[in-house]
This record gives sequence, structure tokens and C-alpha cells, in this order.
Amino acid sequence: MIEIFNQYMIVLIALLLCVIMSIVRVIFGPTIPDRVVGIDTINTIVIVGMVIFGAAYQEVIYIDVAIVYALLSFISTLFIAKYLEGGDF
Amino acid sequence: MIFDIIIYVFLGIGVFFNVLAGVGLLRFPDVYTRLHAGTKCTTFGSIFIIGSVILIGLKSWWFSNDTNGSVLAIHSAFALIAILLTNPVGAHAIARAAHRSGVMPAMAVVDDLKDKPVKKSTKRKTGAKITSNEEGGEQ
Repeated sequence: MIEIFNQYMIVLIALLLCVIMSIVRVIFGPTIPDRVVGIDTINTIVIVGMVIFGAAYQEVIYIDVAIVYALLSFISTLFIAKYLEGGDF
Repeated sequence: MIFDIIIYVFLGIGVFFNVLAGVGLLRFPDVYTRLHAGTKCTTFGSIFIIGSVILIGLKSWWFSNDTNGSVLAIHSAFALIAILLTNPVGAHAIARAAHRSGVMPAMAVVDDLKDKPVKKSTKRKTGAKITSNEEGGEQ
């Protein structure tokens, strides 16, 4: 358990760095679609981080949470895009 | 062990492409190129990282007869399928919304899609002709 934890902490720290760079884009984005792109990237990286976390602790329930999070973030992205287009639903 | 080497190489490739996605989000000039970086690179990196997790599950199932490993591999494959199906569709929706809300690419001078009728559903609700969309497409 311990050596698996040490292997995956490096990967998780790199993914955290990527999330921080995306958060910078979300904060300083000039237009609204820039921020939506940043949110979408953060969602994908969080899914990958959940899968890595489930592999590190040998717990399958984290990966189930990752599947549900993927589908819900997809729906939220589509909804924000539909709102940005204007018009009626 | 050859399995461990393949797992580490896959993890390295995946982390490299995810960090490239973050750097591209910071450095590219407009929405569409940022969308390239933020969607394609994370999809490619996710394929390799979750592929390494699948290999870990298969290894733990095959060599130490742990049924938890097979469940780990199959559920990770389902998460990978979810990412592969939803990520390009979301990117396409964001790009279409950005173009229709008036965001132009950097240093762009010509917009070929400007004269096309865009909102098909609203035209149908207000009673205009639906066939005007196909006529605009043929020009």
C-alpha cells in the first residue's frame, strides 16, 4: 500500500499543477467561452485524478464516482453552451 | 517486470500530455486554439493514464488472483469510455456556442459562416421557412 501511494502522489501532484494552470485561465479569461473551456479541462483532469486515486487505494467506489462525475459534467457543459448560444430551448 | 515498465511509461506519457494541456490553456491566443489544447490533450492523456490503471488491475488479477483487480480494470474501462464519448461532444458544443455568441478567432478577417441562418429551432417556432437553411448551405 505504501509504495503504491508514493508512486501515485507524483502523478496527482502533476495533475494538481495542471488544474492550477486551468484555474488561472478561468480567473483571467477575457471572454466567457474561455472560462467554460477552463472548467471543461478541470472536469476531465478531476475524473482522471479520481481514477488514479481509486487505483492507489484499491477502492472501486472512487471509479464509480468518476463515471457519474463524467456524465454530470458533460450535461453541465452542454447546458452552459446552450445558454451561451442564446435563443430558446 | 515488463508490466511495471509499461505502466510507468503509460503514466509518464499521460501526465506529460495533461501538463501540455495546462500550458496550452495558458499560452494560446484565443478561444478556439485553447479549445484544441484543453480538449484534445486531456483526452489523449486520459487514454494513457486510465490505460495504465487498467493494466494495474489486470496485473493484480492475473498474478495474485485478486478479483478486486478485475473489477478495477472493468470500471476504469467504463470511465474511459465515458470520457471518450463526452469530451469531443462538449468541445464541439463550446466551439459552436463561442462562434454564435460573437467571439472571433485572433487575427481573423473573414467569417464565412456569418450569413448563414443559425437558429433552426427558433425559426421553426416563429413560423419562418425551414428550407432557408438548406438554401443557405448550397450557396
